[in-house]
Amino acid sequence: MSHETESKFQNTTGHVWDEDLQEFNNPLPGWWLWTFYATMIFAVVYWVFYPSWPIGKTFLKGINTIEYVNDKGEKKSSSWNTRALLLQDMNEASKAQEKWVSKLAATPFDKINTDPELKAFVVSAGKVLFQDNCAACHQSGGQGKFNFAPNLTDDDWIFGGSYDAIQQTLVNGRHGIMPAKGGNAALTDADVTALANYVLSLSGEQANAASAEKGKELFAGAGVCFSCHGADGKGNQAIGSANLTDKIWLWANVPGAKSADEKVAAVKEVITTGLNRGVMPVWKGRLSDEQIKLLTAYVHELGGGK
Amino acid sequence: MKHDSIERNVGLMIVMMMLAISIGGLVEIIPLFFINETVEKVDGVRPYTPLELRGRDIYVREGCFLCHSQMIRPFRDEQLRYGHYSLAAESQYDHPFQWGSKRTGPDLARVGKKYSNEWQVAHLMDPQAMVPESVMPKYPFLQQTKLDYSDVADRMAALRLTGVPYSANQAELDKNIKQFGADTAKMLHMPDASKNLVDQAQNGFGGIAGNYDGDAANVTEMDALVAYLQVLGTMVDFKKYDNDQFVKYR
Repeated sequence: MSHETESKFQNTTGHVWDEDLQEFNNPLPGWWLWTFYATMIFAVVYWVFYPSWPIGKTFLKGINTIEYVNDKGEKKSSSWNTRALLLQDMNEASKAQEKWVSKLAATPFDKINTDPELKAFVVSAGKVLFQDNCAACHQSGGQGKFNFAPNLTDDDWIFGGSYDAIQQTLVNGRHGIMPAKGGNAALTDADVTALANYVLSLSGEQANAASAEKGKELFAGAGVCFSCHGADGKGNQAIGSANLTDKIWLWANVPGAKSADEKVAAVKEVITTGLNRGVMPVWKGRLSDEQIKLLTAYVHELGGGK
Repeated sequence: MKHDSIERNVGLMIVMMMLAISIGGLVEIIPLFFINETVEKVDGVRPYTPLELRGRDIYVREGCFLCHSQMIRPFRDEQLRYGHYSLAAESQYDHPFQWGSKRTGPDLARVGKKYSNEWQVAHLMDPQAMVPESVMPKYPFLQQTKLDYSDVADRMAALRLTGVPYSANQAELDKNIKQFGADTAKMLHMPDASKNLVDQAQNGFGGIAGNYDGDAANVTEMDALVAYLQVLGTMVDFKKYDNDQFVKYR
């Protein structure tokens, strides 16, 4: 190990470890030092313009001001802050969209499709809203989710597929309710089996004919099914009772059943336990009236609007 | 004190380093306790009910904050996606707050009432079933685990020490009734904590139906967590205020 280093360097910190390990004490490079001074000057300038130091019960707000328009249309000025900056930002963006938003507000639903540009706006802006708010349940393409949320791309509607009905669904939300055994607890297991067979036969599924015949009587009689689903089983969109005569199933896993018995069991399960689910949240309040109109038109255009 | 003696004494160096580092935090945080504008004056913010509080404990226990923030920043994209920016006032009873700093999943500051109870449960059981592209882990055990609420009053008492106005006696209850209304004040009364917790789990509270998890027989951890998620960001009614109401606080 060499010992000559000690005498070679004069500008060290003076500390020596392990006999000859020393630390240089060279001046900082000029470019670095002056950059450092520049950042300090920048900080002082920043303090003057932007909110910075606390003073007692308040703080230095800076001399920089920001102008914005609030939702009452009043022009206001405030010391610079991100909340005012946001209002500025939102106003700018809504100005850019205003042409289309006001046009949409003024256009009756059935005229939207006659204006290709407005329709293009509905599709592109509606898609964003749909992904943020609706896709969690109805899935990204609006295809719905079995045993959870209905398909919005077909023309089978539970609460109605007219513009007004879709808008109502969005504004007030929905809640699917069917009493267990239609509210008649006296129904026996054989009765429920008969009803299931009849319901399956309504949509042309394979069913036990004798049992279905008995189910038909119960449907219109003791089972009180007719009072909601109608004598013909076609449902009533005003109260959200399902159409039982089509092949579309939301709650009973008929499409996934491998045998006729499984299909009967699937329908029986829904009849026996009833339904108290399918809750669509209330969107009024969370979404603006314009957003709800936009979504109504968008959902209507997904494929199945009436 | 000589540089040399600091460098040669590890204990002393640790103390000096901690002092130097803490200055940054102290000058930024402490003045906020004294500035009038820090916490906005706004109606509706209330402490969590016993069930929501236990749900919040589960939220913390499962580390939800590692992937989900609860802090909507005042940017246009965030306002459009999540809603009104978060107010400091909205987390005034959160100890510790759940602002978070990582968004692997979406922000949850205003997730309350956005989805149905049923969706929240189905999503926690199997997130990919509801959102195919999600990378969130599954939490089916919450549904199977009965909620331990034997110590919920103690947890409220601990929060009370930090200034959360849970009531311990009639006088405090009366004060809460004035501030939060009778229905809410009743839920914040510590002597009735367990009773209130079970009552909310069965019958719901604040416009959200009870039996959150669909299992009416048991009070599960799922009930508590969903009750907590459903109240997030719903306490302040922003329609009552102009959209520049909170500009003056910054």
